[in-house]
Amino acid sequence: MALQADSPPQSALERQHSLLLLREMLRIRRFEEKCAELYSAGKIRGFVHLYIGEEAVAVGAMQAFDPDDAIVTTYREHGHALVRGVSAPSIMAEMYGKQEGCSRGRGGSMHLFDAATRFYGGNAIVAGGLPLAVGLALADKLQGRLRLTACFFGEGAVAEGEFHESMNLAALWKLPVVFCCENNLYAMGTALKRSESETDLCLKASSYEVPAWPVDGMDVEACEAATRRAATAVRSGGGPCFLEFRTYRFRAHSMYDPELYRDKQEVEEWKKRDPISTFGQRLQQTELLTDEDLKAIEDQVAAEIAKAIEFAEAGTWEPVEDLTRFVHSERK
Amino acid sequence: MAGTKTVRITYREAIRQAIREALQRDPRVFLMGEDVGRYGGCFAVSKGLLDEFGPERIRDTPLSESAFVGAGIGAALGGMRPIVEIMTVNFSLLALDQIMNNAATILHMSGGQFNIPLVIRTTTGAGRQVAAQHSHSLEGWYAHIPGLKILTPATLEDGRGMLWTALQDPDPVLIFEHGGLYNVEGELASDAGAVEIEKAMVRKSGTDVSLITYGGTLGKTLRAAEELAGMGVSAEVLDLRTLRPLDAEAIVDSVTRTHRAVIIDEGWRSGSISAEISARIMENAFYELDSPVARICAAEVPMPYAKHLEDAALPQVATIVETAREMVGERG
Repeated sequence: MALQADSPPQSALERQHSLLLLREMLRIRRFEEKCAELYSAGKIRGFVHLYIGEEAVAVGAMQAFDPDDAIVTTYREHGHALVRGVSAPSIMAEMYGKQEGCSRGRGGSMHLFDAATRFYGGNAIVAGGLPLAVGLALADKLQGRLRLTACFFGEGAVAEGEFHESMNLAALWKLPVVFCCENNLYAMGTALKRSESETDLCLKASSYEVPAWPVDGMDVEACEAATRRAATAVRSGGGPCFLEFRTYRFRAHSMYDPELYRDKQEVEEWKKRDPISTFGQRLQQTELLTDEDLKAIEDQVAAEIAKAIEFAEAGTWEPVEDLTRFVHSERK
Repeated sequence: MAGTKTVRITYREAIRQAIREALQRDPRVFLMGEDVGRYGGCFAVSKGLLDEFGPERIRDTPLSESAFVGAGIGAALGGMRPIVEIMTVNFSLLALDQIMNNAATILHMSGGQFNIPLVIRTTTGAGRQVAAQHSHSLEGWYAHIPGLKILTPATLEDGRGMLWTALQDPDPVLIFEHGGLYNVEGELASDAGAVEIEKAMVRKSGTDVSLITYGGTLGKTLRAAEELAGMGVSAEVLDLRTLRPLDAEAIVDSVTRTHRAVIIDEGWRSGSISAEISARIMENAFYELDSPVARICAAEVPMPYAKHLEDAALPQVATIVETAREMVGERG
């Protein structure tokens, strides 16, 4: 079939999409680099867990989800929130603890929530979000809605009972959940091989009859392709899927981590596979990306982050008189 | 009540009626838990409901308390009105993470965006010679947690009526049914329906001493009040009905009338709801008191199996009578 005269050729669409993937990864990287600076400057407090190095997973995976799908994630969730469409200013204001933040300053870095994008948080108990995802999917199934729930968690979660209970329940009831396991090899400081007798995570999921496959978590296109495949399978009503994204966190676990548990050399080796620079190089080699494009993207991202910081700085503190709000609902 | 048509019914049947009515009235309501379907419920509360409503709405779960309670939270977030049955309070400890870290906190952490209209029903209490792991009374312990509502229906009316009101609540409600009550039989108005869930209720008026209790010990306390009446002591019996929010006003009103208070609680004494009630009396009615507040609680021991030891560990009618009698006698 001939293309209509005004529709862009396939290669242009591909280029556009590739640039989007690159831009989204850069948004996360630059946003979090700024978060680290602002943390040192005392603007952001509490626990902050950076996603730097793992950007390809959130960016690639999120391409497969529709606006009415639900997202459940963990305390390392700035990236997921940004790609999902939670606004950068509202995330930054949340990190500042301002009432203009996406959780009104009640949650902070670990508890980003946004009803408009069906973003069900930032759960800071490892594996605590998995049962929630099962329940959200159950609600959809019971109400005959054709949508799915995406559940992100780290490989540390597979040691928790909730992982096994949730995997079983989702499979038993054939619920539409895409389980996205971000295997960055360390649960805080505990290496997978030091904590699991069986380190093949897909095997664990498979034992519950959940289709599971590993994905190169440093390759954004691989992440997208695998998640699209999983989402398609899940939407067809066959039950959940499990994806193991093999990735690596370049920064410390949180802001208080001296990183005594891993070799500098290992970190350097993984940095050679930086998902942003490797993807950028690939795009340049295939002439999908020019230096001008890259500069334009960097400028765009920098402007967005500057605006986010401006918004957070200008934000206001919730009056102390409102301290006990949101313990119970205000509507009856 | 004169002229009101009544039916002879057990507490178990009253609760079953309440569940059936909820399922009939609201298509979003479903019951899930261990053995609620084919088995008919461990205490036969849900017997017959599977045939009437089918396996989607009377949903048997694996023995995965954390996952199915978490799934209840997720389903509530997804627009359903789940009734999750945890077979006994003892097993609720396996779901404590979900109850405390998710059900009780998500509304607040999300800055008021995500409320959780979830009802959890569970059996509580001792007195059936089932030893330490099946005899806990942890309702007072759960009442420590902001964000939850804690109901303790002690009568047929409340067994029949609290569930529907709890289901109308936008936030999580836990209902503790004392295991010793299921076989209690009595007359219930044939048109009995929803009751309010925030007020304590005077079950017997009196002038000399307030006997403050809830749940499984209401029956013993009423019997004690009868015995006391025979001795010329006019005891008022206040049924708290709800442990969170605690109806402090009703407690203070009663103590203001009688100037003496005995608290009867099947929980352990240290750090208990009885301690909380005592503190509220001291804070709000100190100058009304003619005598120090007394507490009759479970002995501080894991519940023993042997009947004579279990009896000795629990509040008994004779102890209530003796304590109140001595307290009133002190007036001279």
